[in-house]
Amino acid sequence: MTNTIGEFATAKLLFCIGTNMTEAHPVAATYLKNGVRSGTKLIVVDPRRQELADYAHIFAQLRVGSDIAFLNGVMNVLIAENLYDNRFVEDNCENFDDLVAKVAEYPPSRAARISGVPEKTIIEIARMLGTIKPAMVIYTLGITEHNTGKRNVMSLANLQMLLGNMGVEGGGVNPMRGQNNVQGACDMGALPNMYCGYQRVAVPEISEKFARFWGVDGLSTREGLKIAEMTNGLPAGKVKAFWIFGENLVATEPDIGHISHCLNSAEFLVVQDIFRNETTPYADVILPSAAWCEDDGTFTNTERRVSRVRKIKEAPGEARPNWWIFKEVARRWGYDWPSNSGRDLWDREIAPLCPAFAGITFDRMDAIGGIQWPCPSEDHPGTAVLHRDGRFSRGKGNFQAIDWVPSAEEPDETYPFVLSTGRRLVHYHSRTQTGRAKGLNERMPEERADISIPDAERLGIANGETIRVVSRRGSVKIKANVSKRMPQGMVWMSFHFWETNANRLLSGDTASFDPDTLTPSYKACAVKIEKMA
Amino acid sequence: MGTSLVTAVINGKTLTAQPGMTIMQAARAKGIKIPSLCYHPALESSGACRICLVEVEKHPKLLPACTTPLSEGMVIFTHSPKAVAARRFVVEMILIRHPLDCFSCESNGRCDLQDLAYELGIEKSPFQEEGNVCTDYALDDTNPFYIRDMNKCVVCGRCVRACDWQSGYHAVDFQFRGIKTTVNPPVGMKLEDSDCVFCGQCVQACPVGALIERKSIGQGRSWETEKVRTTCAYCGVGCQLDLHVKGEKIVRVTGTEEGMPNRGRLCVKGRFGYDFIYSEERLTKPLIRVRKGDMKSGDDLFREASWDEALDLVASRFKEVIERHGSDAVGGVSCARSLNEDSYSMQKLFRMVFKTNNIDHCARV
Repeated sequence: MTNTIGEFATAKLLFCIGTNMTEAHPVAATYLKNGVRSGTKLIVVDPRRQELADYAHIFAQLRVGSDIAFLNGVMNVLIAENLYDNRFVEDNCENFDDLVAKVAEYPPSRAARISGVPEKTIIEIARMLGTIKPAMVIYTLGITEHNTGKRNVMSLANLQMLLGNMGVEGGGVNPMRGQNNVQGACDMGALPNMYCGYQRVAVPEISEKFARFWGVDGLSTREGLKIAEMTNGLPAGKVKAFWIFGENLVATEPDIGHISHCLNSAEFLVVQDIFRNETTPYADVILPSAAWCEDDGTFTNTERRVSRVRKIKEAPGEARPNWWIFKEVARRWGYDWPSNSGRDLWDREIAPLCPAFAGITFDRMDAIGGIQWPCPSEDHPGTAVLHRDGRFSRGKGNFQAIDWVPSAEEPDETYPFVLSTGRRLVHYHSRTQTGRAKGLNERMPEERADISIPDAERLGIANGETIRVVSRRGSVKIKANVSKRMPQGMVWMSFHFWETNANRLLSGDTASFDPDTLTPSYKACAVKIEKMA
Repeated sequence: MGTSLVTAVINGKTLTAQPGMTIMQAARAKGIKIPSLCYHPALESSGACRICLVEVEKHPKLLPACTTPLSEGMVIFTHSPKAVAARRFVVEMILIRHPLDCFSCESNGRCDLQDLAYELGIEKSPFQEEGNVCTDYALDDTNPFYIRDMNKCVVCGRCVRACDWQSGYHAVDFQFRGIKTTVNPPVGMKLEDSDCVFCGQCVQACPVGALIERKSIGQGRSWETEKVRTTCAYCGVGCQLDLHVKGEKIVRVTGTEEGMPNRGRLCVKGRFGYDFIYSEERLTKPLIRVRKGDMKSGDDLFREASWDEALDLVASRFKEVIERHGSDAVGGVSCARSLNEDSYSMQKLFRMVFKTNNIDHCARV
């Protein structure tokens, strides 16, 4: 996020698109509700009439996968009615002419045809954005889990630059990161193209710096493979040995049949986890690790706040801290790593290696709580709002002309419904944790597929009736939840329960993924619904 | 700011405060404790309990500190005989119907009512009520997360305001009148069917033992527990939690009131989703595959091994693959749930030791 969660309560206007915040980020949503109660305006854009829509001043129910057309339509109105921030565009951005030409192809009438959002709602949204400034753009995986994920994000960046809503409190582009430390895993360089602190592996000076610090030669400057390239590389013979740390890939990657086949092809597979799960049976070695509460360290939240995580107990049996496991393997290759604790690793390696985290130390966090990066020095308070005064890291903000393209798998006659998948309030991912927490399972003991009232009536499906949801990959037997929040033609399911795991239905073919990020189309899969005989 | 500070005197001490601050806020900011049941710094004051009544010079009546703005020149006595007598009367009234089962109450030692009675030296209520004083409410223990005991409710309304403001649901509110007043979900509706999302914010707000986490029962007394602050292990909001720990056991979890970004707020997973760490199903020993087989019949595919054996095997197999096929024939996926220090170490292993950048995690999904 460029901005902070607390600003949801004080912003003038919130533009929420593809975020089911009340379930996926419940505490963040409480600030949004406080804001709306105190006068913040709220625009919600989502295929489902989810809970946020209840608080919205304008709710736009767009078709799955039509975000770019919708956003181009909004920007078309902003430019046509001269409601954009001329000054910001001129001073802080470039490539404006490209944007103007592109969005000219998306008058509200066309944007409405593609997105299903009425023309007058598109105009109304543009006018609200054009007159109430600044506005925060907030999004989650509803934006990114598409074949156009990256372009969806760039469209939102276009919108905020056009409105001059960058670098100010109550503005910015704000992705709500899904997992507790997905921000941190990025920050730490668990990415094929970056070392920790977003330092590129392909830049020779950077790899030399890391080589010097670590006391080795010959670090690779070739960017590595992304998850899907690695898993697909297993059956292809390109990747032979694979190490999965704390991810239940079999349950969480799209197309369970495909990912199982991939892992089964590994010559050697290490799985490091706290429980057996659907992925461990494929392992050659399973390494038991310390869980939350069993080790000292840090998490980084979605607003770039690095906070302490503390140990209260020993790991059970012979389970060991994860960093210890990696260190021990390095030792067997002849390297003696000096750090022996989370504190050592952060204070003596991570902070010194990464200018953005240089001023964050365990002592400071213990004294004052979490600190938001960038924090270049120990006397720096941390950074709540990025790109202050319109200064972007690359210099000027670069407008991108972006065309709408349909989802990789559009509904057709055989598979007339679109399936979106995600997370529900009470559970988390494949339930390795929440499935073992008393109370949570009782509250939600099984998954149901959400379908609309008109579809249920047309197909003669009663609420709670077991149906079959079928895609080109497979089928799932599941109870129907007939919901007034669902639009016609859409099915919504989570991936929390193994038997009804929506990932059985999704495509694992990288042709259906975002071509740049290789993010699977978790939000758009063509399915049909069958009544059981 | 253009507005000048307000100066007043509390218990003989001169203090200044921002304009608009209540007597309670100004006093607390200076470390002066005015007792209360219904006041909570994160919630709008309601002035309901009348425990915080204080004497103010030139005011004929006692004033509730939590709703009265501090004004210039006020001379306030928080514990004058008149204020203490009023406070005592209120507590004695509450104790007409409040059970005195502190021995077995989970809230023992962290109960604001108990502290008040102690401070005021009240053993039991001197008032004897002949009629129905509403002490026979059935325990509401139908939901899996927390127990509601309306017999212990002091009708302070903190739970109502916490639900409304901190959680944004307003699933419960006052019902009935007078001594029959209780806090409930909408009439005729069970909590499970109401708007309640079981975030437990009401439980955290309760000053007595009317709302109790189910998993905490019998796990430890408040004075036996130590508070350890940490960060939640679920979503990306990164809520700050206080783990109330006895030995190695989490007795209960509360949101850190001053913690950012959540300021004391939590959701159902953050507050109640912690006990997976104690599961009997945890992996406790390294395991090595003994045979290829049906992936579904997990158990007999593996045998237990020592760390040395398992780590030697991992190190040597990776070495073998790299020698035969090059560094880029190995790859790894890190964990978006685990510590920064763990992800740093994994990418360090792959880059520094294995000499490949084939390291990723689920960032883009």
